[in-house]
Amino acid sequence: MSTTVPGESAPARAPLPMRQPPRSRRRRLSRFGAYVAATLLALWVLLPLVLITFVTFVPRERVRDFPKSLWPEEWSADTFMFFINSAGVRPALLNSVVIALMTVVMAMAIGAPGGYALARFVFRGANAYRITVLSTRAFPIVILSIPLAITFLIWGIADTRLAVALMHTALALPFVVLITSSIFLSVSKDLEEAAQTLGCTAFQAFYRVSLPLTLPGLTAAAIFTFVLSWNEVFAAVILTLRNPTLPALVLDALTVSPLPFQFAAGFVLMAPSLIFLFFIRKYLLGLWGRVER
Amino acid sequence: MATATPPRAGSRRPIGRLGIAPYVLLLPSVVFLAVFFARPMVDAFTLAFEDPSGGFGLAPIRTMLADSRFGEALTTTLILLIAIIPVQFFLAMSMALVINAKLKGQSIWLYIYAIPLAVSELAAGIIWLSIFTQRGWLNSWLIQTGILEQPFDFLGYQNRGWLIAVIVLAEAWRATSIIMIILVAGLQSIPSDYLEAAEIYGASLWKRIRYVILPMLRPSLQVALILRTVLALQVFAVVIALAGSSMTVLSAEAFKWQVTYRGPNVAAAYAGLILVFSSSAAALFLWLLPTKNSQPT
Repeated sequence: MSTTVPGESAPARAPLPMRQPPRSRRRRLSRFGAYVAATLLALWVLLPLVLITFVTFVPRERVRDFPKSLWPEEWSADTFMFFINSAGVRPALLNSVVIALMTVVMAMAIGAPGGYALARFVFRGANAYRITVLSTRAFPIVILSIPLAITFLIWGIADTRLAVALMHTALALPFVVLITSSIFLSVSKDLEEAAQTLGCTAFQAFYRVSLPLTLPGLTAAAIFTFVLSWNEVFAAVILTLRNPTLPALVLDALTVSPLPFQFAAGFVLMAPSLIFLFFIRKYLLGLWGRVER
Repeated sequence: MATATPPRAGSRRPIGRLGIAPYVLLLPSVVFLAVFFARPMVDAFTLAFEDPSGGFGLAPIRTMLADSRFGEALTTTLILLIAIIPVQFFLAMSMALVINAKLKGQSIWLYIYAIPLAVSELAAGIIWLSIFTQRGWLNSWLIQTGILEQPFDFLGYQNRGWLIAVIVLAEAWRATSIIMIILVAGLQSIPSDYLEAAEIYGASLWKRIRYVILPMLRPSLQVALILRTVLALQVFAVVIALAGSSMTVLSAEAFKWQVTYRGPNVAAAYAGLILVFSSSAAALFLWLLPTKNSQPT
């Protein structure tokens, strides 16, 4: 069963005319319908993103304009800068980045070996482990964060970056185990075995053969873990008081802040995700796909 | 990466020689899961059944049930759940079929549809706020085209129906991509001969969906439904961003009890209720859509 990476096969579709004659009109019509549907769905996804960008890059007085003109008459970084310079935003931004990086390191370090074990070994308990991991992924964040807030208080790490990173690692861990296992499965075990017959130890075989081959996939998993942490609100807002992440800060400020602050916040929270997703777009299907069965 | 073929037992080495290696590799994650999943879950139930004196009791549950916002939080959560799922599955299925139609620029379509996957619940709430707020994009457009004379308060407390509709839209916008990705992955595992055969024999798109695609997508649908239900039961930041305090849901109440009222026991009771709903929904979908482990391929 082979899956093409979407998009890369586009030019290879030339021999289509061969099949066309008998049913060409119906086919072309449904083709056209598919493009119309594709465009409408794309508009549904993109339009809100365009609109929030429009209200973020206008002068601050214009944000409240009503009725708004559908295309901004003047552009400005004013609203954007107003948000960035608001009290607490930069420290929160830093917190978010540091916590996300800590989460990536911890989740990959703890989860990837588990994924590797699932992919490479047949052992008693593998299935039980897989099912346990799967079931934790369908676990409400709410039920974890409330008792953990108390635990972190007892451990003396309440309101620290470590506390939030631990919580986010717990959320990302099931995902990392399942994804890395599917990534390691994509590299044949034979390659590692060949390396071992040529004199590598098991670790060397992994390090020299599997790791380089899976590095892009593992990087994609790491980036996605970063996004998970960057986006998480509930746990962050429960676990932090003085050291909020950016989403926690924004959520706290929502009811008291002016619209320009809110809109720019929405944009700043959303923008990096687009970039990260762009880098891992090839792996999107692998991220959620095969591992489910 | 997407080609993870299931391991064939025969091609594996016997267990004995590998010894403890896999267990050593699993150990860190097992320990971590025990400390940060199993333990908090037990703690949550202990908290939810803890009397003020410290012993076992139903006080937190009673406080929760008697809370004036409880009924509203529960009904709103369930209404959102029931409204969000069909909208999302329709959208996700459309997107998945479009992707599967292999149009030009397939990877670009997939990327566009996947974008909301990386957008947080909070950001999505704010994005839709810019559209539906009283001086927002929709009212601007409705007034410019002369459909309305006065801006309409979509998010006002008095327009509960609209408020729910907007939250459903925002949630559907944000979380459809997850379902879409799962469905696309599922669709790609359907052997293309099946669909081509159906097409050659003249099955319409609807018939192909009904008799070939849906039955073969069952495992993906099951996973997607479970994931979606769990996510919908946790809806939180979208509601706060769009409705402020004029509407509440279960997780928002848990949050309020934990942070504002300093009542971790009642907060845990809310959390426990969400868990009960999530796991019953998961059990329901596992029962409704039974899947065999080995699929005919």
